[in-house]
Amino acid sequence: MTSFTPPRWLTTALFLGAVAFGVAAAVDGLWVMGPTAEQGDYSRLLVVHPPVATLAYAGFGITALASILYLVPRTRRREWDLLAGASAEVGVVFCGLTLITGSIWGRPVWGVWWTWDARLTAEALLFALFLGYLALRRVPASPHVRARRCAIAALIAVLDIPIVHYATSWWQTLHQGSSIDLLQPDKHLDTAHNVGLALGFISLSLAFAWLLVLRYRVEKLEARYEDQALTVALEARHAEGRVEVGV
Amino acid sequence: MNYVYAGYGVTFVVLALYALRVLARGRALRRALPPDER
Repeated sequence: MTSFTPPRWLTTALFLGAVAFGVAAAVDGLWVMGPTAEQGDYSRLLVVHPPVATLAYAGFGITALASILYLVPRTRRREWDLLAGASAEVGVVFCGLTLITGSIWGRPVWGVWWTWDARLTAEALLFALFLGYLALRRVPASPHVRARRCAIAALIAVLDIPIVHYATSWWQTLHQGSSIDLLQPDKHLDTAHNVGLALGFISLSLAFAWLLVLRYRVEKLEARYEDQALTVALEARHAEGRVEVGV
Repeated sequence: MNYVYAGYGVTFVVLALYALRVLARGRALRRALPPDER
């Protein structure tokens, strides 16, 4: 079985791209983009909040896809499980940022830091579900047993994503619906906000990809460390056995 | 604008701290593993 390790130049390119586009997004969002009539300066948070929310979905989506690939016997590889774990952790960071930046946006616009709105509640549940998934990954078991039960847990947890996404359509929510709909030409942003949103998406997507590659490498090192620790423990047990029988 | 700065600042700081934590964990594991396993 060949082992895929992302090349070094890829992480460097992703990091430099994330920093360059991040600076451009921050400059555009904070100083170039103008305030809107509806939300004033707070609309500048559009550069940050929708991209982190979408990338949290992406993180959990990758976890679900890798989990399916692990569960299917024909495509089963330990690396899919490692990718699922790495992506879930990065997804949890972005999901946490979604809740924090949403709260920061909500305080001046809605007047509250938090409300039990359908979108917010479903997002908080998604965060809690994937924290549970990460806790489950730490429960001791053989790599295969752990990978299988975590894959099943991920596929259950990911069912919350459509609920989060469509919450603003299915229920009356304080959270606004989507600002852009490609199928509805009248539902769009002005050019300045589109540029800001695009820069935010590009920079945070590059940061997400960079973090995912780094975390995947660490996940592989953790697996090797775990295997090595198991080998050492087994050798110690064998040595004890030899002493007991007087070999 | 304070809320806007806070939103951008929190995003940057959280991502930077998380990246540093991942890098530190990777370094610690590399030190703990034998050279042929790194």
